[in-house]
Amino acid sequence: MTTTNSSPTAPKPSDDDPLAKPLAPAHTGSALTFRLGLAAAIFMGAMLVFGLVISGPEINQRDSARLLYIHLPSVAATYLGFLVTLVGSVIYLRTKSLFWDMLAGASAEIGVVFCAGLLFSGAVWGKPTWGVYWQWDPRLTSTAVMFVMYLGYLALRRMDLPPDVRSRRAAILGIASFANVIVVHYSVQWWRGLHQGRTLGVDTQIDGLMLFSLFLGLVAFVLTFAWLLVHRFRVAWLSHQVEELGLARALAERRAETDPTGRGRTP
Amino acid sequence: MYWEYVIVGYVVVLGGLGLYSAAILRQGRNLSRRVPPEKRRFLD
Repeated sequence: MTTTNSSPTAPKPSDDDPLAKPLAPAHTGSALTFRLGLAAAIFMGAMLVFGLVISGPEINQRDSARLLYIHLPSVAATYLGFLVTLVGSVIYLRTKSLFWDMLAGASAEIGVVFCAGLLFSGAVWGKPTWGVYWQWDPRLTSTAVMFVMYLGYLALRRMDLPPDVRSRRAAILGIASFANVIVVHYSVQWWRGLHQGRTLGVDTQIDGLMLFSLFLGLVAFVLTFAWLLVHRFRVAWLSHQVEELGLARALAERRAETDPTGRGRTP
Repeated sequence: MYWEYVIVGYVVVLGGLGLYSAAILRQGRNLSRRVPPEKRRFLD
């Protein structure tokens, strides 16, 4: 989508001003986000229908197994979010490109949102299945640590530091924090705990409809992640532009104060 | 059986995602009005 005034919310340029540029729509949407959002909504709707209506209850877990259709996709979206943060951080350290720094930050924030969802859905699944909402099991504990580490990453990005220092420190933390994502993923293999092993693999034994519902959930959540990432990145970019414009305006005002004639100092 | 857990789980997780999405879209709308078109790189 081009930045024309196709949106009903966009202010129209003045007709009598030949130099007036077409104004951009006042939102972060585009053709890309429209397609991503539409696809995510379709898959999310299909997941709800298949997961809550068409597929049957599991023989042992009964209907609580339906929580897995949002729990596992939340795990996938969380991993994806933190993986993009890792990639963005590595490329930022090599190139110092603001694009990759902002992408890493945007992705981490969305990853944290999905991580909160996976912790909550896991807890409400654990109560009927294990009898407790929470257990200091290796998988659960390492996931909670991962959540807190990325909250720390987001806090670091909001610290009052010179932008390049803040971005460099955030990139280092974004790379270091990913080590815990690996620990989370392999925790069920490395340590014995209450949490079950891998749900999906080459030897997966799961009913066809349940597997299909899970597949729909995975696609829906990954598409939602991508849709959110584009919007969140654009918000970060716009925020940066607003900061720069504010700084430029403040500098201009300061110059005007020191030199009211506007001609500058002459030797 | 256990439908109450299922409903709470779905409402909180999908509702949370919905609220976060709404907050991002709203933030984007507010910031967008303050940025001139020539500074709107990456937005199309």
